[in-house]
Amino acid sequence: MSMQPIITISNLSKTYASGFQALKRVSLDIRRGEIFALLGPNGAGKTTLISTVCGIVKPTEGSVLVAGHDIVADYRAARSMIGLVPQELTTDAFESVWATVSFSRGLFGKSKNAAHIEEVLKALSLWDKKDNKLMTLSGGMKRRVLIAKALSHEPTILFLDEPTAGVDVELRRDMWQLVRSLQERGVTIILTTHYIDEAEEMADRIGVISKGEIILVDDKAELMRKLGKKQLALQLETPLERIPPELVAYNLDLASDGSELIYTYDAQGERSGILALLQDLNGAGIRFKDLQTTQSSLEDIFVSLVSKKK
Amino acid sequence: MNIHAVRAIYRFEMARTWRTLMQSIISPVISTSLYFVVFGAAIGSRIPESQGISYGAFIVPGLIMLSLLTQSISNASFGIYFPKFTGTIYELLSAPVSYLEIVVSYVGAAATKSIILGLIILATAGLFVPLQVAHPWWMILFLVLTSVTFSLFGFIIGIWADGFEKLQVIPLLVITPLTFLGGSFYSIDILPPFWRTLALFNPVVYLISGFRWSFYGMADVSVGVSLAMTLGFLALFMAIVAWIFKTGYRLKA
Ligand SMILES: Nc1ncnc2c1ncn2[C@@H]1O[C@H](COP(=O)(O)OP(=O)(O)OP(=O)(O)O)[C@@H](O)[C@H]1O
Ligand SMILES: [Mg+2]
Repeated sequence: MSMQPIITISNLSKTYASGFQALKRVSLDIRRGEIFALLGPNGAGKTTLISTVCGIVKPTEGSVLVAGHDIVADYRAARSMIGLVPQELTTDAFESVWATVSFSRGLFGKSKNAAHIEEVLKALSLWDKKDNKLMTLSGGMKRRVLIAKALSHEPTILFLDEPTAGVDVELRRDMWQLVRSLQERGVTIILTTHYIDEAEEMADRIGVISKGEIILVDDKAELMRKLGKKQLALQLETPLERIPPELVAYNLDLASDGSELIYTYDAQGERSGILALLQDLNGAGIRFKDLQTTQSSLEDIFVSLVSKKK
Repeated sequence: MNIHAVRAIYRFEMARTWRTLMQSIISPVISTSLYFVVFGAAIGSRIPESQGISYGAFIVPGLIMLSLLTQSISNASFGIYFPKFTGTIYELLSAPVSYLEIVVSYVGAAATKSIILGLIILATAGLFVPLQVAHPWWMILFLVLTSVTFSLFGFIIGIWADGFEKLQVIPLLVITPLTFLGGSFYSIDILPPFWRTLALFNPVVYLISGFRWSFYGMADVSVGVSLAMTLGFLALFMAIVAWIFKTGYRLKA
């Protein structure tokens, strides 16, 4: 994976006509070929950011380069590279699946290619619906049609704005699969989601946006390592009333009516202190029958980040 | 030039016409036929011929104009308003198409519909009254120019409108009255001098007059003035569209 950014967002601000500032000097690089997950609570500015890059919303300030092409001055070159799957399910009710997907291809300046459209529809399990009118499709199928439209013109960058909202488990898995196979073909993918497990599962890098500001961008693994807390849970043989004084320094928590001791430590710390703790437990005569360690999920990290911001 | 996009949008819009054939083509034909039955046959038989043209034949150009103006506006305004309404406009705005290409394809499709419609009405009229077209090229020129000009106007209305009522309001409150008062059914020469002068402020008079001249060689104002007025409107609407796209007015947040 090359480190040269395919999208460079510099000091991008957006103030809507209402006077509301939805983006505040956002700077962000998207690397070629990566899957980038943009996380943030409702109203954080995710859709605004994507819409601005795609040309739907006019930036108030700042600039965006897509593979070196300015999205305003050189919009044709920039936009031809981008496929967008919007958050809202908006489709032309009376069109057929085939017609609407072919329309998108033409709109993006590509000559007809029935074989490619067929491949896309098959990949999205829409082939048997190709002659159906869009209004006869279920919500999940419409979502897939929107993806097909975005892929119809062979984009090198794909924006997925909450692609799995309102989608069943099976389709979600299918979509993850699709996203991975697109990445294998060299497509850069930027997705937003409210399902943290999705970002955790899919993304190479994660950005967190809150109130129009990017508050964090990092490699997923790095992020989890840096911010991840690990916990050691010990199931005791005999429940404790309270934590013995000689163990106070470890900041232990008692759980499950005193039958469980929980030790929280920094995963990145050189010395976890586990060994010392176990020795001291032994010294205090506390015996345990089992133990597990858990690492906090991205979700925990995310919630703590966003709530800190508030 | 993204010719694939222009073709895609044009086809899409024309497909909409065929899908809504009833509304787009058949209903104006029926209503025009009714005008003929009422004005041409029933009332017209009591109105004397002027300059050898029966009343029924006299109203043909005005009726075609009436349909061209209202249909161009409603087709074009609906064509661009509807994607705004449903949200599918996101795709247009995110596509590598220039504003010129958007206008050419939407306005081109709407104008095509109007031209087809005008010719169908003309053919329908031929069933009721004997027709003559003295200057066929001029007739085609006015037909095409008017369709394009008012499709452009419709496009502007479609962008301006933020509700279905606004789509209707201009055709209903402005265009239809101006057309009825603009000499569709009479020559403004028969009006008393004051009203005649007033009528000359009605732009539709010039459109109808020029069009009628191309049929029968008679006009309320000179055909050059009619042509200049039509081109003037075209230029005006083009300027407004250019401004809309320059500012992103009501298209982009
Ligand atoms: N056209 C608009 N005019 C005024 N304010 C807007 C407009 N569009 C969005 N906003 C505001 O900008 C903020 C960011 O909206 P945006 O849709 O980008 O959020 P989001 O992060 O995508 O949220 P969600 O997770 O709910 O999709 C919100 O407060 C929203 O109300
Ligand atoms: Mg959103």
